[in-house]
Amino acid sequence: MGESRFTITVDGVDVPVRDGQTVLQACDEAGIYIPRLCYHPDLAPAGHCRMCTCTIDKHPAAACLTRATPGMVVENDTPERNADRLAILEMLFVEGNHVCPACEKSGNCELQALAYRLGMKTPTLPYLWPLREVEATHPDIFIDRNRCILCSRCVRASRAVDGKSVFGLEGRGIHMRINTDSEGRLDDTTLAAADKAAHVCPVGAIVVKRTGFREPQGERAYDKAPIGADIEARRQQTRR
Amino acid sequence: MTAFQSTKVEGQTDRAVPDVPQLVPVVNALVREMGSDRSRLLDIALAVHERYGHVSPGAMSAIANALGIHTVEVEDAISFYAFLNREPEGRFHIRLARTAVSMMKGAAAVAEAFIEATGAPMGGTSPDGQFSLEWTSDTGMGDQEPAALINGTVLTDLTPADVPAVVAALQAQRSNVPHPLFPGPLPKAEIHPSLVQPGPVLFGEGGAPGDGIRAALAMAPESVVETISQSKLRGRGGAGFPTALKWKLTREAQGDERVVICNADEGEPGTFKDRVLLAMAPDLVFDGMTIGAHALGARTGIVYLRAEYGYLREDLVQVLQRRREQGLLGKNICGREGFDFDIRIQMGAGSYVCGEETSLIESAEGKRGAPRDRPPFPVERGYHQHPTAVDNVETFACAARILEQGADWFAGHGTAHSTGTKLLSISGDCARPGVYEVDFGITIAEILRLAGAEDAKFVQVGGPSGQCIGPAEYGRHIGAREDLCTGGSIIVFGPERDILDTVRQHMEFFVEESCGWCTPCRVGTTLLKLQLDKIIAGRGTSTDTEAMAALADTVMRTSRCGLGQSAPQPVLSTLRNFPEVYDARLQPDPFIPRVSLEEALAEAVHVQGRQPSAEEE
Repeated sequence: MGESRFTITVDGVDVPVRDGQTVLQACDEAGIYIPRLCYHPDLAPAGHCRMCTCTIDKHPAAACLTRATPGMVVENDTPERNADRLAILEMLFVEGNHVCPACEKSGNCELQALAYRLGMKTPTLPYLWPLREVEATHPDIFIDRNRCILCSRCVRASRAVDGKSVFGLEGRGIHMRINTDSEGRLDDTTLAAADKAAHVCPVGAIVVKRTGFREPQGERAYDKAPIGADIEARRQQTRR
Repeated sequence: MTAFQSTKVEGQTDRAVPDVPQLVPVVNALVREMGSDRSRLLDIALAVHERYGHVSPGAMSAIANALGIHTVEVEDAISFYAFLNREPEGRFHIRLARTAVSMMKGAAAVAEAFIEATGAPMGGTSPDGQFSLEWTSDTGMGDQEPAALINGTVLTDLTPADVPAVVAALQAQRSNVPHPLFPGPLPKAEIHPSLVQPGPVLFGEGGAPGDGIRAALAMAPESVVETISQSKLRGRGGAGFPTALKWKLTREAQGDERVVICNADEGEPGTFKDRVLLAMAPDLVFDGMTIGAHALGARTGIVYLRAEYGYLREDLVQVLQRRREQGLLGKNICGREGFDFDIRIQMGAGSYVCGEETSLIESAEGKRGAPRDRPPFPVERGYHQHPTAVDNVETFACAARILEQGADWFAGHGTAHSTGTKLLSISGDCARPGVYEVDFGITIAEILRLAGAEDAKFVQVGGPSGQCIGPAEYGRHIGAREDLCTGGSIIVFGPERDILDTVRQHMEFFVEESCGWCTPCRVGTTLLKLQLDKIIAGRGTSTDTEAMAALADTVMRTSRCGLGQSAPQPVLSTLRNFPEVYDARLQPDPFIPRVSLEEALAEAVHVQGRQPSAEEE
């Protein structure tokens, strides 16, 4: 009775899986952290960032999208996978304009935290220095596209959770950007500070006003523990 | 100028465009014509575009209102396509292909002539508002470059001397239509058929339209799949997947409805064989689709036709209509009670990635052409979630001939693993560019002899996402399993050509055509081009080639779809096959900065009117 259970192997460790789970979900439950940026547990996966790419049954594949199957063999924390992750991380840093010391998200930023975790010192790739828009017309929320990493969490949250479709994609390729359902102004949309879409941004691109510095720097989530530590704590517990 | 150096702030669009008063009722009528179906958004946008020359913010709102969706969703889709303008542009939109072949045939000089004759800058609109001028990706005219696309009309074999007459003919067209589709007659508006070498399978002696269908209807659907299986037919788009297996999987997948899609989004630079096939043998293609419908139990067929081939649309619509009248399409096909199948033509709107089957399906459903995650594969859940077989134009034509002439006859051509013939699109530095039908197994050397290009310095097989090979490898064979698996693009480069120039053109292509969905392809393609620019500019060191190779590997391994996974090919295949051309450009220094101090300070020096003074030690 009930759903079928089986195991997969991740870096040599047996990971229990409930049927229907993705590799990333199963690993999260088992306390194995797979780096990710666009994935959010409350939203359908979209496969934008490719940070969670693992070697799955000998082929690279995004763990957030790959459904676990019995006996699957996954390589996650390997030098090759982490080198690709570092390269992708660098790509995201040079694609936008990320000025951590001046950003209210610093310390709570998943991009920054992942860079620390993966040991990125400075991007070795050339900066693209795009000219991007900051928009603060909304009384409670601002959007700073300099920091956007095109993870589409806001797009998915607004559509699926808030039922509003405040955000969408616009353009293609290196020119792609997050668009708003209005003729340019965030204030003309139905976005509200209580919306899910206002709270899922992994970086400082969509920020609720007057909250940025409530927590002092030094006491923020990733000031205290590296990103992924919460997930890895589950493994410690299950071992005990 | 590279993309990211644009002075326009990303995120700001010029919204101060006045809309015409009749806009809303006109849009409402167009939406109703498409059955108020959200999945026909691309057709609706194309119709609005045809009428107004662009799809304004007001028009996007009107479309959204009429469909009951958000404007941001409409813009999400429309903004993806290169041929859908959102701001008013010239009455005549002149697009010139910027490809390795067009450039070797003199497209740059033709562009200059257009700039002079129209007064429009490249990438801009003339002061009188009559002309917009733009580079575009390959338009499928590699055998007759330089080619231009003017509001849907194709001009070929252009020289700078032709341009004044073309522009004068356009200027003479006085009407109030903002974007006259297919303006004509224009000088040089002639597309040569370019079938240099017809072969026995696709262009040989054969039956009449419908013969293949009748042969199929004499069998059970499973037997049709079995016949295709015996013929060992493999997909002709480039991947070489066994067609019978695709049909079997589609047939066996769970679903109430099944769909047959013909992929006529022939976008790989240097490929134009589907253009020739659709112009010369459309019945064979439609026969093949209808045979597929019988084999799969499908009632719906779609031909996804690339925007660049818009001029073929009317002819194809007429062929489809004739086939309905002949009982080869529609209800009770060939008199078989209950065998109903019809085909509609879905126009593309300027996007290479839409040739990828899941992007194509997304696009045909009226969305941006971003690829889907797989699994599920289209054979399980494709168009509107129905099991869908997406096959290349040439594959369907082969299927028709297999049913008509038998699997053994077909398998008698080619090699043991790659049966039948292959259409090659040969262009570049050769005496006889065009389409050739050859048996599989042919070597590159034989191809070069056929086309009159024995002195080729290097050959690009399979377009930018394929391989660049030199004379040492001209003994290699074309074949799905044997060696070079290709959609059939063969671009020949003569002794004077520079390999790195070609690599740069191919990387530019991927920068333009990346859909942007995933990081490695979106950012990686641009970065690879920058790395290449540095090396070509003579500022590269061995550190740079190593970094470029590592970056290329990451993009290849981690990208979401085939476009990103093959986008580093121009770099990787030339690093592998022609390391010496890179080495020749490298400096002996361990490291050289991307930008020299002089260049970095040039603006400041200009503003201040003095050179920087070195600090005292």
